[in-house]
Amino acid sequence: MNIGPTIKVAFRALRRNRVRSALTSLGIIIGTAAVIAVLSVGQGAAVMIQSQIGSMGSNLLLIFPGSMNNSGVRSGSGGQQSLTVADGETIARECPNIVALSPMIRTGNQVVYGNNNWSTSIQGVTPAFSRVRNWNVSSGDYFTEADVRTGARVCLVGATLVTQLFLDENPVGQSIRIRNIPFRVIGVLEPKGTAAWGQDQDDTIVMPWTTVRRVLQRSPFSNVNNLLVSVASAEDIATATRTIGAILRQSHRIQEGSDDDFTITDMAEIAKTITSVSSLMTLLLSVIASISLLVGGIGIMNIMLVSVTERTREIGIRMAVGARQNDIMLQFLVEALTLSLLGGLIGAGLGALAANVVSRVNHWPVLVSVQSIGLALFFSSAIGVFFGFYPAWRAARLNPIDCLRHE
Amino acid sequence: MVIDIQQIRKVYRVGEVDVTALDDVSLGVARGDFVAIMGASGSGKSTLLNILGCLDRPSSGSYRLDGIEVSGMGPDQLANVRSRKLGFIFQNFNLLSRTSALENVELPLLYGNPIGHAARHRKALAMLERMELGSRVHHFPGQLSGGQQQRVAIARALVNDPAVILADEPTGNLDSRSSNEIMKLFQEVNAQGLTIIMVTHETDVAAFARRTLQMRDGRFI
Repeated sequence: MNIGPTIKVAFRALRRNRVRSALTSLGIIIGTAAVIAVLSVGQGAAVMIQSQIGSMGSNLLLIFPGSMNNSGVRSGSGGQQSLTVADGETIARECPNIVALSPMIRTGNQVVYGNNNWSTSIQGVTPAFSRVRNWNVSSGDYFTEADVRTGARVCLVGATLVTQLFLDENPVGQSIRIRNIPFRVIGVLEPKGTAAWGQDQDDTIVMPWTTVRRVLQRSPFSNVNNLLVSVASAEDIATATRTIGAILRQSHRIQEGSDDDFTITDMAEIAKTITSVSSLMTLLLSVIASISLLVGGIGIMNIMLVSVTERTREIGIRMAVGARQNDIMLQFLVEALTLSLLGGLIGAGLGALAANVVSRVNHWPVLVSVQSIGLALFFSSAIGVFFGFYPAWRAARLNPIDCLRHE
Repeated sequence: MVIDIQQIRKVYRVGEVDVTALDDVSLGVARGDFVAIMGASGSGKSTLLNILGCLDRPSSGSYRLDGIEVSGMGPDQLANVRSRKLGFIFQNFNLLSRTSALENVELPLLYGNPIGHAARHRKALAMLERMELGSRVHHFPGQLSGGQQQRVAIARALVNDPAVILADEPTGNLDSRSSNEIMKLFQEVNAQGLTIIMVTHETDVAAFARRTLQMRDGRFI
């Protein structure tokens, strides 16, 4: 039998029982919509995580001072003051794969402007920081190497400070006070948003590290909280990690066999972990959503069995005029497939819509990909064929005489 | 001989008991014949017609249809035989409801060796016009009288150019005027060379046939 009339017959049979067909499809519609929505939100989350990791700076390595062992009492990681700005300079000079490197000295303080004050974090860095963190100013200018050498009382403010401290005035050129020391604001940092771990990255002040150490902390030392290193490409990360380790062990005169007094963390590694956790969650939710697709398939099987019983006489007539078993089977399979595929299409539309609503309401990025829609349609048709098979097979195996006598 | 059956037996098993519906029946029907088979209900005439129509298989015996042995064929082969060699006419017409007369007549053309949409349409339309139903091709069976419905069924039986037409009580649901009409139609197509085998229990209907056979207890008498 040719496929054209078969499809026509299937559509006619489904139209004859509109409500029943719609209700049967509903299971598939809900299942497909759920799968699409979950996949879209999940893929959106993956994109968001990646962009946040990207906003950390590309191919970033963090070097922390190691833990300290003082007469058996061990401090945590970063407890030692072994890592210095000079170490950074050595690494930048000797390690070939490095694009940019900045020391980081962290502190926090109350900041005053006019009648307002605000507690924020203060990061002491070098101008290379903008390259390492991929973080430029939206207005004003970055401070210079000369500012670092002299410990100039200049600073850059994050976007959150502009709203909280300056009440949306233009802060460039204004003077703020930290510990009663006046600092001139020379630039505003581009907004970077919330980090993957929930911290507001824009709630910060950035200034030369020398200014933090000498002016704010009145300390002569140049040990750092960490060193930020940007490596040329992702392939170079492993080599760079080894090279930096060797350089630091040599300059810190660490004996063969004794522990490092520093730790090197690869941000790409962390990114991978977070991404794999989020894709695991997506997978888990998709599996749950697929179960409703499966239940929808059982609904199709149920209704197809009813349909075969109702149309026994029709089957008999078709057999009498020459329909083979395969012709009958194909007819019912096409009917089941039509139900599930229509359900799949409507479900895909609703799922994409739901995903967009979620993105509007929660301000999540949502990615409705062609692959996820293709996958959902493939599965809904597979379910149609799978659950339509048994009723179709039963119809095909009927005896024509019994069918013709059927009332 | 377009139909040649030799010692056909059909035994049904009803519970613990074997019931012999056909008991060594032999029959030859020449091309162009018009045979009426009569008999009381339970005489085996419907069973015989089902076997002749390749809807049922005999328990034993041989059946040659148009020179081909069909008694050992499987379901799909029998479907092919039905599609190419046989046309059926039933007491209750057995048209697909909510399907137009035209599509009902097109039905046999969908199976076996399918032909194109246009050719299917043309053949079915020509056959309905031959049955003087040219003005009713888009009517549903429910909108047609009994006689008209049976004429649609005859058009469906003829559309595939069968070797034999098998009719099971074709006038059983019709009034006498329509019955006469249908039987005249049968004679007409028979005169054009088509072989017809008809089961009936009405003598005046059987009178339209060229010869009449009587059945009782699964045998011809």
